[in-house]
Amino acid sequence: MSSEAISHGTQAHAMHDDHHDHHHHETFITKYVFSQDHKMIAKQFLVTGIIWAIIGGLFSVIFRLQLGYPESTFPWLEDFLGHWAQGGKLKPEFYYALVTMHGTILVFFVLTAGLSGTFANFLIPLQIGARDMASPLLNMLSYWFFFIASIIMFASLFVQTGPASGGWTIYPPLSALGEASSGSKIGMDLWLVSMAMFIVSSLLGGLNYITTILNMRTKGMSMTRMPLTMWGLFFTAVLGVLSFPVLLSGAILLLFDRNLGTSFYLSDIVVAGKILPNEGGSAILFQHLFWFLGHPEVYIILLPAMSMASEILSVNSRKPIFGYMAMVGSIFAITILAFLVWAHHMFVTGLNPFLGSFFVLLTLLIAVPSAIKVFNWLTTLWRGNIRFTPGMMFAIGFVSLFISGGLTGIFLGNSSLDIHLHDTYFVVAHFHIVMGVASFFGMFAGVYHWFPKMFGRYLNNTLAYIHFWVTIIGAYLIFWPMHYEGFAGMPRRYYDYSNWESFKMFGGLNEFISFVAMIVFAVQLLFVFNFFYSIFKGRKVKSQNPWGSNTLEWTTPINPGHGNWPGEIPEVHRWPYDYSKDGKDFIPQDVPVGEDESKH
Amino acid sequence: MNAVAIEQKKRIHPHKFTLWIAMGSIVMMFAGLTSAYIVKKNQANWVTFELPQLFWYSTGAILLSSITMFIAVKLFKQRNTLKYRSLLSATLLLGIIFIALQTVGFMQLWERGVTLQSTVSVSFLYVIVGLHALHVIGGVIALLVMFAKTFSRKNRNYSSVPVEVMAAYWHFVDILWVYLLIFLLMIK
Repeated sequence: MSSEAISHGTQAHAMHDDHHDHHHHETFITKYVFSQDHKMIAKQFLVTGIIWAIIGGLFSVIFRLQLGYPESTFPWLEDFLGHWAQGGKLKPEFYYALVTMHGTILVFFVLTAGLSGTFANFLIPLQIGARDMASPLLNMLSYWFFFIASIIMFASLFVQTGPASGGWTIYPPLSALGEASSGSKIGMDLWLVSMAMFIVSSLLGGLNYITTILNMRTKGMSMTRMPLTMWGLFFTAVLGVLSFPVLLSGAILLLFDRNLGTSFYLSDIVVAGKILPNEGGSAILFQHLFWFLGHPEVYIILLPAMSMASEILSVNSRKPIFGYMAMVGSIFAITILAFLVWAHHMFVTGLNPFLGSFFVLLTLLIAVPSAIKVFNWLTTLWRGNIRFTPGMMFAIGFVSLFISGGLTGIFLGNSSLDIHLHDTYFVVAHFHIVMGVASFFGMFAGVYHWFPKMFGRYLNNTLAYIHFWVTIIGAYLIFWPMHYEGFAGMPRRYYDYSNWESFKMFGGLNEFISFVAMIVFAVQLLFVFNFFYSIFKGRKVKSQNPWGSNTLEWTTPINPGHGNWPGEIPEVHRWPYDYSKDGKDFIPQDVPVGEDESKH
Repeated sequence: MNAVAIEQKKRIHPHKFTLWIAMGSIVMMFAGLTSAYIVKKNQANWVTFELPQLFWYSTGAILLSSITMFIAVKLFKQRNTLKYRSLLSATLLLGIIFIALQTVGFMQLWERGVTLQSTVSVSFLYVIVGLHALHVIGGVIALLVMFAKTFSRKNRNYSSVPVEVMAAYWHFVDILWVYLLIFLLMIK
């Protein structure tokens, strides 16, 4: 449907105020399966993301079993994994497959598609005041490409040689040569095909998000009156649209190397005593192409979480967000810098140290916008009338994790320190806290905050608080000790540390980390239960605007139909952060500015 | 018509806008490939190559097709359906000629022993030019659809948006080719 159709829809709605839904007849298939309603597509992304998160999380629990209890056997694993865990002990090949799939699933399928896909789809039309996305058809296709990608990736778990196992970064030659390892065979092919589908999905989504935000805002909704969530999701889409194609070009060259005998990434390679004919390629070239996506990808994951946290912190502090324009500027600065720092993942590849120093500088510059954002979050909270809703708890948790994980980024951004810390558990700790867990907190905050809008019901609060406290304490207990292991030089990716005299002392610590990881995983299942239970049995939402929020999504009916507003789309008269102003608790965006009103 | 609808109509059509962003995306893909090419070229054992002669003719064909497309859009806006059809078919034909010439050019290279696997520089040539050709093929398919639509009796839609979107994409693949040609001539 084009914008014209949407505009006509607007007209029709203006004429028939009581007319709730769009004109077309809806069946089960068009409503729940091939839906073009952005709200349903968002829910599809969310549920698919949750399923992937359970699988990806379960994988980490299984490989943590190996790391925590390297000498034990778990006979039940054999029932579950078959020959990959013969005698109850995980095979090294499958350990690597699990680590690879854990990374792939969490980075791409959960924190990219599950996070952006859910909240960009759900919030963009609702918060800018549009009936739907610019192209609902492309939007639907975006989900179904993601679905196909999911099916292919899921299928790769069951092939005989196992799924891809060269790490989620698929560096050649492991990814380029079928004979390199068991995971380099059909599993790797399926990985590449699945990711190609995934890239198409995120490009279709991104195109739509950008066009919708720039083109379809309601009357009065100037760019600077948009909630910060919109700014975050907008720049996330820009990052995706500009960086995923570069990964695609890297992957195309990889496909040629794998299947058509070219040597883009291969040179002078010996496999099992046999010298390969490939000559003239460079494996480093792939790393450049990969990290040109790979680093922006970090912000594709972080920006939605950041911006949702901003919104939720402001609403639940009953205070305007501190430094709105500084927030927008920071998001913009992060977007630009995200494209200029990729080589900080490559300090030990023999990168020219002089060139490296530029990347150090640019990397450390990211600390500036990040610090501005942290400062603004804290000052938003300062002397606020804080309501500790579950969404708010997770938003505050996000800020905490972002600070803890961000600070270690300053260590790693220095090339001289990075040479020592590269590929150690320090890196694992850093990116899990700042990118993984922090973004999960942003996502949880979003789910708890917007669940009433999504499903017209509340999540259970008691379960939510248990979920919050166990997860935040658990996350710190899991990842904090890893910093020490990393400082001591404990490398990533090893299958069994008990073979090394120098890392034997971490046996107890590793066991502890694995134990906590299991508890944290179990509590996530509690959240999943809460989520699905509450969709059907949760407490019903009685008021249109349960959080007392200013943004437009709360001006829609409790269960909005396709088209979002039964009548006209509200007109916007003010920015979205008029909280505790002129003696009023909050003034929604569609309330006209009074004559005697003070400026914000 | 109410205020909101007017407000939304004033802005650039979302389909055109989407195409512009998609072009940015495609540019990034080729930027990735051409920068990989530059990085690779600065390393040892880079072998230079000669472009097939036919690429000059194909360049002529695609440049000409841009002109015919440009005129076709004008004619469509003037509701001159007959001439629009012939200009559209000329564009279509030139697009097919472009792809044919590229293919024959590569076949000649291959016969000279300059195959996909021979050296990395040539592999790049095949991949970059091949991917561009795929984008042109996409354009040709879209042109075919547009062409079929001009004969459809059911079609009562006189909106110029689809034609303009088509034209913008067509000029884009043309300019992209000129960029790639200059790139491959300058840096080899």
